[in-house]
Amino acid sequence: MKSYLPLIIGMTLVTYIPRLVPLTFLTKKTIGPKTKQFLLYIPYTSLSILIVRGIITAPQDMKLATAVGIGTAGLISYINGNMVLSVFAGIIGSYLIINIFI
Amino acid sequence: MIKNKQIKHEMKEGLLVALPVIIGYLPAAMAFGLLAKNTRIPFIDTILFSMMVYAGASQFMALELIKAGVVNGSIILATFLLNLRHIMMSASLSVHFKKFDRRYLPIVAFGITDETFSVSSFNKERLTLPFVLVFYLLSHISWWLGTIAGYLAGEVLPASLQSSLSVGLYAMFAALLFPEIKKSNQMLLLSIISAIIYTIMHYSKIFAPGWDIILGIIISSSIGIIIFKDEVETVKDVKEVEN
Repeated sequence: MKSYLPLIIGMTLVTYIPRLVPLTFLTKKTIGPKTKQFLLYIPYTSLSILIVRGIITAPQDMKLATAVGIGTAGLISYINGNMVLSVFAGIIGSYLIINIFI
Repeated sequence: MIKNKQIKHEMKEGLLVALPVIIGYLPAAMAFGLLAKNTRIPFIDTILFSMMVYAGASQFMALELIKAGVVNGSIILATFLLNLRHIMMSASLSVHFKKFDRRYLPIVAFGITDETFSVSSFNKERLTLPFVLVFYLLSHISWWLGTIAGYLAGEVLPASLQSSLSVGLYAMFAALLFPEIKKSNQMLLLSIISAIIYTIMHYSKIFAPGWDIILGIIISSSIGIIIFKDEVETVKDVKEVEN
């Protein structure tokens, strides 16, 4: 069987370096208020973009199931804030859609 | 003695905050293990993907590209673009990790994922080194343990459940974001703006494939600075970051 080690090492490096570099270099410097404000928005903008990307890049037969899973998890977490419950509800939601429509 | 007690307490807090991430990771990691097996990736390589790369979305993408026969160089480039957003997350956390012993930063950096980053950002006041180390380490372990479980036993599950497990990753993104936007109308608005901007960028194909995520994050966050210029809420949040 083919070894995927070169690919794994390459992927590891391009993933780890962006995680490492800002953390080690930015801790030395002081950051201006505008930059701080910008960084403060990152969790919201990136999560929102990842969610939308999840739906629009899903395979055609999984689009609805993905959207329903995300919607269910979002709704439950909005109501009671429990992440575990929300994730399970999301999985069950998409499971039901797959079984009903596909 | 008091210091030890404090560290123990912080470690326990780290464990508690890790639990929802662990439980969210397990189904998604199982889905990855299962899919890797179906893509005929050897067992050891599958574990190494989760132990070393440790980035859910790009691991799933890599499987699709491997199946499509794409060469390694292109998969690595696509991974780089997809994970470039971690620069923003790492920069955002650096503000809070300033006080940490610098020797631990390479370990902490390895543990930054969308999920651990989001949970960390939403628990700023608790970010001590023992807290972060326990939280990140347990999250990492659950990712590759879940992968092993999926590879070995995933086939037992019905096919439709197998597909819905992979939705777990996105369900977790939603479960992280929604309680936070409930607290702030500004962040609700900013999240909606980000979603619209990304959608436009994705379908209009203005930028080369892969660049849409990182540019979407930069553009949306910049819009946030422009539209929330003088708002009290934002200023208060920025102050919290400074402390």
